[in-house]
Amino acid sequence: MESRLTRWLLGIWTFLVLLFLFVPVAIIVVYAFNSSNIQSWPIPGLSLKWFGSTWHNQEVRTALWLSIKAALLATTLSVLLGSAAALAVHRFRFFGRDAVSFIVVLPIALPGVITGIALNSFFGFWHFGLSYWTIVIGHTTFCIVIVYNNVIARLRRIPGSLRDASMDLGADGFATFRRITLPMLSTALLSGALLAFALSLDEVIVTTFTAGAQNTLPLWIFGAIRLGQRLPEVNVVVTVVMLATVIPVILAYRLMNQTAADSGK
Amino acid sequence: MSQGAAIDHAPPARLGRRLSAMLWRRPRWAAAALLVPPMGWFVLIYLAALVTLFVAAFWQVDDFTGEIIHRWTLRNFETLATSPTYRTIALRTVGIAAAVTVTDIVLAFPCAYFMARIAGPKLRATLFTLMLLPIWLSYIARVYAWRLILAHDGVLNWALGEVGLPPANIGYTNIAMWLVFSYIWLPFMITPIYAAIERVPGSLFEASADLGARGLRTFTKVTLPLVVPGIIAGSIFTFSLTLGDYITPVLIGGTGSSFIGNVVYANVGIANDIPFAAAFATIPAVVMLIYLSIARRLGAFEML
Repeated sequence: MESRLTRWLLGIWTFLVLLFLFVPVAIIVVYAFNSSNIQSWPIPGLSLKWFGSTWHNQEVRTALWLSIKAALLATTLSVLLGSAAALAVHRFRFFGRDAVSFIVVLPIALPGVITGIALNSFFGFWHFGLSYWTIVIGHTTFCIVIVYNNVIARLRRIPGSLRDASMDLGADGFATFRRITLPMLSTALLSGALLAFALSLDEVIVTTFTAGAQNTLPLWIFGAIRLGQRLPEVNVVVTVVMLATVIPVILAYRLMNQTAADSGK
Repeated sequence: MSQGAAIDHAPPARLGRRLSAMLWRRPRWAAAALLVPPMGWFVLIYLAALVTLFVAAFWQVDDFTGEIIHRWTLRNFETLATSPTYRTIALRTVGIAAAVTVTDIVLAFPCAYFMARIAGPKLRATLFTLMLLPIWLSYIARVYAWRLILAHDGVLNWALGEVGLPPANIGYTNIAMWLVFSYIWLPFMITPIYAAIERVPGSLFEASADLGARGLRTFTKVTLPLVVPGIIAGSIFTFSLTLGDYITPVLIGGTGSSFIGNVVYANVGIANDIPFAAAFATIPAVVMLIYLSIARRLGAFEML
């Protein structure tokens, strides 16, 4: 096994990587409480005044509402489509079965700008104006894989004998699905939904190509940073968004790692 | 199918039961019912969009009207092949994507190894959540954080000043982009490597040691070859995500550091030359499709 020294060095390395990952996040949180509107370090003093002005910013509100509406529908669609695909791949043998997991992962495995411009030229070709619906279509396409991966990982851990037992006891296919499979999948579905929601809420690259003139929250942030306008409010928005994401994501990971037996209860 | 259960059910349930029995006898129908909606979505929207993109790359825009003409031409590809500007941009994009991938492998491997083989179960679970958390924290916020850190009067130069060093001034350079991309995509490298190391049975390391291999030899002859699929799985993300980005070049790279994505974005928005944007986008698309099919052969998809 590894020597004591190796173990220490690996531990220190891991700790430094954690610092690297989280120090920038901490810095931006500090900037949100900056009393000055100039973004320099160290900040001259602490203040809550930007939280108030952000709350009253109509552009932020509109963008946030559009983001939430799009994320809700995209999450719902990707839960339905992603779990259907996972159930089919898990239970049946069919031609092209191996290709399914390849196709669903493509929208996130191909560079984002390709998915973006592909959808953009597709909508353009059919003269389908960019709207709320095109945002939802784009987000659903790359969120499906999150739900799919979560559900298929869980299905692999559910023993097939449970389904057989249910059928032997006289339940039909639908009753077995409703009373055995679905309860065992529920936490995987919930964690998939939470992560899909988080991804949809945060996506910028594909969204710029499918949103047209509208602003989702990340698009508003991008525009504001690029123009160098309203930066104190940008600090507040990103801080609030990050803090609001932490809890659902940690919850999602706990749900994901539950064993199939736990979730059946 | 027992008699008692059938009697308990009211007529509508009976219909459900008949349907269920029918689907049981004809599993193709059940499979089709589950598969058609998701695959229909991907084929009719996503794959159709990718095909539109490839076809559009061979169209052109009328110089006077700005309308797209559906006539086959290689003009876009000729422009790309002959223009030194676009060649520089393509090379910069691929070069930085490769550098980011290598950097992330180096940063991630020791962490993944520590998590999988040294940390106890509790610490492992905590580290796993912490390492992955940044993926879900706002992407644009994390890029913006670096813009603030690398600015002239930002944290980096302040810290350097405190220890008596001259300011670094790496903001708005290729080095800054390399740093920020490595930061942003690092978590995508840690998970698959971790998954790959965790799959290696501990007995293999013991066997290697019993057969007289020292630590380094076990690492190069046992650990590394078995972890390669995980590294490839991670590199799909770090490489592809960097190739397809245009936000970080705008916010961190500044002028003169355009990526393929920036040219694509500019041609869709301002210049409105979608065929040219499509042609340029086919370069990373083809690179990634080749890369993905190799990765699939090597079993990297099980690590995603």
